[in-house]
Amino acid sequence: MSATPTELPKWADVAVIPLINVAAAFVISGLVVTAIGEDPFNAVKLLIGGALGDLEGIGFTLYYATSFIFTGLAVAICFQAGLFNIGVDGQAYVAGLGAALVALHLGFLPGVLLAPACIVGAALFGAAFAAIPGYLQAKRDSHLVITTIMFNYIAAAMMGYLLVDVLRKQGQMNPETPGFPPGATMPQIKDLVAYLGWQWPDTPLNLSFVLALLCAYLMWLLIWRTRLGYEIRAVGANHVAAIYGGISPARITMITVLMSGALAGGLAVNVLLGEEHRLILQYTADFGFVGIAVALMGRGHPAGIVLAAILFGILYQGGAELAFDQPKITRDMIVLIQGLVVLFAGALEHMFRRPLALLLTRFQPPVPDAPAAERA
Amino acid sequence: MKVDAVPRPPAIELIGIDKRFGRVHANNNVNLKVERGLIHGIVGENGAGKSTLMSILYGFYEADSGEIRVNGEPVRIRSSREAISHGIGMVHQHFMLVQPLTVLENVMLGAEGGPLLAAGASEIRAKLAHLGREYGLEVDPDAVVGELSVGLQQRVEILKALVRGAEILVLDEPTAVLTPAEADQLFEMLKVLKSQDKTVIFITHKLREIMRLTDRVSVMRLGEMVADFETAKTSPPELADAMVGRKVILRVEKGQAHPGEIALEARDLVVKDDRGVTRVDGMSFVLRRGEIVGIAGVAGNGQSELLEALAGIRPLAGGEILVEGRVPPPELRTPKGMRKLGVFHVPEDRHRMGLVMPFQACESAMLGFHDDDVYGAGILFDRRAIAADTAEKMEHFDVRPRAPLLKTANFSGGNQQKIVLAREIERNPHVMLVGQPTRGVDIGAIEFIHKRIVALRDAGKAVLLVSVELDEIMALSDRILVVCGGRITGERLPETCNQQDLGLLMAGVSEREHAA
Ligand SMILES: Nc1ncnc2c1ncn2[C@@H]1O[C@H](COP(=O)(O)OP(=O)(O)OP(=O)(O)O)[C@@H](O)[C@H]1O
Ligand SMILES: [Mg+2]
Repeated sequence: MSATPTELPKWADVAVIPLINVAAAFVISGLVVTAIGEDPFNAVKLLIGGALGDLEGIGFTLYYATSFIFTGLAVAICFQAGLFNIGVDGQAYVAGLGAALVALHLGFLPGVLLAPACIVGAALFGAAFAAIPGYLQAKRDSHLVITTIMFNYIAAAMMGYLLVDVLRKQGQMNPETPGFPPGATMPQIKDLVAYLGWQWPDTPLNLSFVLALLCAYLMWLLIWRTRLGYEIRAVGANHVAAIYGGISPARITMITVLMSGALAGGLAVNVLLGEEHRLILQYTADFGFVGIAVALMGRGHPAGIVLAAILFGILYQGGAELAFDQPKITRDMIVLIQGLVVLFAGALEHMFRRPLALLLTRFQPPVPDAPAAERA
Repeated sequence: MKVDAVPRPPAIELIGIDKRFGRVHANNNVNLKVERGLIHGIVGENGAGKSTLMSILYGFYEADSGEIRVNGEPVRIRSSREAISHGIGMVHQHFMLVQPLTVLENVMLGAEGGPLLAAGASEIRAKLAHLGREYGLEVDPDAVVGELSVGLQQRVEILKALVRGAEILVLDEPTAVLTPAEADQLFEMLKVLKSQDKTVIFITHKLREIMRLTDRVSVMRLGEMVADFETAKTSPPELADAMVGRKVILRVEKGQAHPGEIALEARDLVVKDDRGVTRVDGMSFVLRRGEIVGIAGVAGNGQSELLEALAGIRPLAGGEILVEGRVPPPELRTPKGMRKLGVFHVPEDRHRMGLVMPFQACESAMLGFHDDDVYGAGILFDRRAIAADTAEKMEHFDVRPRAPLLKTANFSGGNQQKIVLAREIERNPHVMLVGQPTRGVDIGAIEFIHKRIVALRDAGKAVLLVSVELDEIMALSDRILVVCGGRITGERLPETCNQQDLGLLMAGVSEREHAA
């Protein structure tokens, strides 16, 4: 008997529970805002207004959301195989190197080839950097959580060295590469909608957003509709049964971690090719870690991750506006809210399940009787 | 039975209990009265609702409607904590024990009695010693649970309940995982508990156990309580009739075997377990087409490792396996490869190995065969073909409910077992390795499963049967190999041997001493 009394219908599980969790996080945050002497309702108004109030806000919100979709998917695909990849940040960082090397060395390629080549470079470098902890997990049973945490430090140190001592432009103080050639760019949404004759303000939102949505869809297809996805889920849910079923957990671990690293490369595509057009020290800004929160909140499901990523995009963009308008509310406040979301969506995930389950059984509509139980 | 001056209220009274899971009416207006100080059996087909009823009593599920009375008092039980506070203890079929902790630590878990362990520990140690003396429930409190036999682990579960003051003990299919000797010990223990005025509710599919142990027995069918007998006044056929609503043949009917060519051969097999201990220590035997070879032995004498090695799951530490007279190349010595060679395997433990509990039934029903083109020839699965394939298997094996999309974990234990059997047998194996095929399965389904296994044999397939049920081995096998300590201690024909004879071989008395 593995069923619990808190089993919920699917719609409640994927929609209602996350909503309650977010609401709880906001209520607590509201209390904190009140405590520092600000009006929480005004704060919410400013936050939502800043994130969704106009096209510019929406552009920034979706730009951040794009990054979170990639890192969230990277974490979530590992969840499916029962793995916890904490190294998405480091993998995304190294993926940035892949994108930059392609951009700077294959600059002679025309734009239609260069941008895709940069994407491939990012994915390959991200995957390659994930491959080492993946291999250690698959073959040596070294725990992925531990190795990926350590690899984040390795990534930081290695990239710091490369950016300061190797890749930095001559006579330039900032630890960053020279600018990418114009072809190494993700098309801007602003330019794309201009073709259709529409106006879009100047925001960093770029084609990576579409790529992220495509990745989410492909991941859904992979996990739930293909043999590889079946094998990934089998390994995640019951290792022993997977082996019995002819599935090699080592192989699946390796494949999953490689895909995870490649997805982490999406961050480089969005930020470096879409916005910065050069590789900068610590460009990931911990977005790889936010991916963990996004994956938890999205319950490992691609659709949930897209929604959670947009929520986090709202928090980022709206939070920046809020900090700008209300000096008493600093960026730390936004980090606090994010922390609360993680707390409620991840750590306290089950807190509201039982009450909700009990509530739902109260209001269950009568169901037709069970023909299923009769003998054929 | 005790005679009291004042009639005592029943220990447990369930009145009009109703529970639905979606469309499945698992408990339909169930009434049950369990008298204090008696052993009360519950029987019923797979999916009849027995486990659900007990889960409601234990606060694991809440009934949609109905009333629970404990010692005549109406109570509400919403969690196992509340159940235990009313004196109800449950021994789960899948033990809830922490393997690396000691017996004492496991018993203390959740009943530590304060922030400092020492005081609670000595109190519980004293209680354990007392219970050990009083009920014959001795276990070494400092033994590590993971190193105890299944029977002793179950004893720890019972002690856990008693230490917490359980007056009413619920056991859901406790003997499914026990050897006959361990089951005997359990029965002795339960009888002592009864003599101390404790109440026992005992669920089983084995009518023999009902007859031997219980005072009363209740029968469930399709979610309803359909009959209630005083055990002394009923009989296995009557119970079987009440359970399935038809006559059940409690004997296997099979004709003469016609063994053909050798399908599988083991030569000097040596197999080690995960800890590197040699479990199969030089076994050699042949398995021919058209015969059922039974492996008899006390559980834990290398049968599990033998099955896993033959199925390609466990590497060989020595010897070789021949399929159709040839040693398969190394790349086929894998679970996938052996399946390709037609060697299929029903594992002994469906929870651990045979099924993926969070998967839909149709996903579990293709495990190991999921590469097959019938489930979709391209990159994507053909979901309709998968569901249709499972629906057909469910139809053939009478899996209830017939819901290919229901989560595997939500099927009753016996129906889960039928899903595993259907997956392997319906695929037409050349060599069928079966471990404990009827564990947790009701008598009607046992009859059916035995028929299917005999039908496999009659179709010229080779069957290797591992079972701790001697009756099953004797009834199905054409030849019996007895194992003990990882070696084959003897070979018998079922017609010319008896249980005693096998028992001696199983205990390791070798062929020669035996003859003397
Ligand atoms: N959590 C659940 N969700 C949906 N259906 C369930 C759930 N738990 C049990 N059921 C269904 O309720 C019915 C009764 O199941 P239950 O486990 O009580 O049977 P049982 O009498 O214990 O059978 P068995 O002898 O096979 O153990 C079955 O049809 C089962 O599929
Ligand atoms: Mg049951």
